[in-house]
Amino acid sequence: MSPMFDLENIHFSYPQRPPILSGVSLQLYPDERLCLTGHNGTGKSTLLQLMVGLLQPTSGDISAFGKIRKEEKDFLEVRKAAGFVFQDPDDQLFCPTVLEDVAFGPLNLGKSKDEVLSIVDKTLLSLGLSEFKDRITHKLSGGEKRLVALATVLAMEPQVLLLDEPTTNLDEETTEKLIGILLDLPQSMIIVSHDPHFRRRIATRMVQLRAGVVIEPQSKCKHAV
Amino acid sequence: MSSVVKAVGVAGVFKDIDPRVRIITASLLAIVVVSLSSFLALGSALAGAFVVFTITFAQGGMGAALKKVLAMDAFIFLVLIILPFSTPGTPLFSIGEWVASEEGLFKAIAIAMKANIAVMLLLSQVGTIEPVTMGHALHRLKVPAKLIHLLLFTLRYLNVLHEEYSRMRTAMKIRGFRPGTNLHTYKSFGYLLGMMLVRSLERSERIYGAMKCRGFRGQFFLFDEEKIDLNDMVYGSAALFALGAIIALEVGYVSYV
Repeated sequence: MSPMFDLENIHFSYPQRPPILSGVSLQLYPDERLCLTGHNGTGKSTLLQLMVGLLQPTSGDISAFGKIRKEEKDFLEVRKAAGFVFQDPDDQLFCPTVLEDVAFGPLNLGKSKDEVLSIVDKTLLSLGLSEFKDRITHKLSGGEKRLVALATVLAMEPQVLLLDEPTTNLDEETTEKLIGILLDLPQSMIIVSHDPHFRRRIATRMVQLRAGVVIEPQSKCKHAV
Repeated sequence: MSSVVKAVGVAGVFKDIDPRVRIITASLLAIVVVSLSSFLALGSALAGAFVVFTITFAQGGMGAALKKVLAMDAFIFLVLIILPFSTPGTPLFSIGEWVASEEGLFKAIAIAMKANIAVMLLLSQVGTIEPVTMGHALHRLKVPAKLIHLLLFTLRYLNVLHEEYSRMRTAMKIRGFRPGTNLHTYKSFGYLLGMMLVRSLERSERIYGAMKCRGFRGQFFLFDEEKIDLNDMVYGSAALFALGAIIALEVGYVSYV
C-alpha cells in the first residue's frame, strides 16, 4: 500500500536558530492513527506545519497523496485533503458564529450555499454539536471550542487528519468524548500528544521525535505505548 | 466566558425587531434630533425617547443603561456650564466679571436635551444589539465587507487578548507587583504591552495559517437570511411617524434663536 504522506530526509531550521529537524523520514499509511511524541520544542508542531506547506523545509522531499509537493500551489490541494486541527482552538475559530466557522472551509472549496448548509448540519450532528450551530464562537467553553474546531476541519471531508495536542486543557469527560469520535472516524491521522493514556487508547503506531529525527521508541512504562 | 464587548442589555419588547430597522430608524431620528432648534420639538422628542428607553429596559438592565446615560451627561457637564458665559447676548446674571447670557443658557439646555435624546435612543435601540448580530446587520446594509470583517475580527479577538492581558496581570500580581510612580512600574507595563504585541502578532500568524489550511483565498462569507416581517414594518412606521411629528413641531414653532 502506498503511503498518504511520505517525508524523506527533511531538514528544517528557524532563522538564526540551530536546526530543529535534521533528517526526518516518516510515512503515514491509510487507516493508520499515528501518534507522534517528543519533548517540548523538538519540532512536532513544526513537522505538521511542514506537511501542509505552512513552512518550507530547507531540504528534503515531502510527497503527499502520491505527488511531490514543493511550492505553495502544490499544497493548496494537500490542505483540502489533510485537515489540520490546531493546538489552540482560538487560532482556528475566527468566525462570529459556529455555523459560519464550520461553513468557511466548504465555501472555500467552492461549494454552493445549500450544499454547505447541509454539510454543516451533517458534521455538527455527527459530533453531537447540533445545538451549537448559532452560538457565538468566542463564548464557547474550551472543550466545546475544541470539538467545533474539529468540526470545521471535518466539514472539508479530508482524507487525513493532523491533530496537534488535541487533549490539552480538556477534562476527562471531553477527552473521553474526543476519543470516541476519533476512533469512529475513517480518516488516517497523525496525532501529536503528550498524554500517554490518550495515546494508548488511540494509536495504531507510535513514533518519537528526538534530536531532529524520528525513531520508534522503546516503552519504559507499562501503561504507555 | 465573559465578553469584553457586549450589548447593553436585552431590548425587551423590541428584541425581535430586525436590527437593520433599529439601526436605520434610530440613526435617522438621532440625525433629525441634533438638527432641531424648537424647544417644543426637543421636549416632545425627549419625552418620546424617555418612554422608549423605559419600555426597552423595563424588564431589566435599567440600572446599567441609566448609568451610561449619566456618564455621558457628566462628560458634557463642563461644556454646558461654560456655554452661557462664553456666548455673547442678552445678560441674564453674572458671577464676578463673568456674564451669563440668555442665548448661551438656551443653547446649553438644547445641547443637553439633544445629547440625552440621542443617547437614550441609540442605547436602547442599537446598544442592545449583540455585537456579532450588529456585524451581520451592517453587512446586509451594504457596509463594505472589509470594515465588517475588521469589526468582527476585533470582536472575536478582543476577548482573547483581554484574557491574555488578565493572565499576565495576575502573574505580575502574584509575584508581588504593585503599580506605583516609579521606573520599575513603567518598565513592567512596557514589558506587558510589548509582550501583548508580540503574542498578538504570533497569534495572527497562527490564525492566518489555520485559515490557509481551510482553503482561505481572500474571501469571507457571512450567513444571514433574516427577512423583514410585519412587526418590523409596524415598528418602522411608528418610528417614521415620530420622525414626522418631530419635524412638524419644529417647522410649526418659533425657533429659539
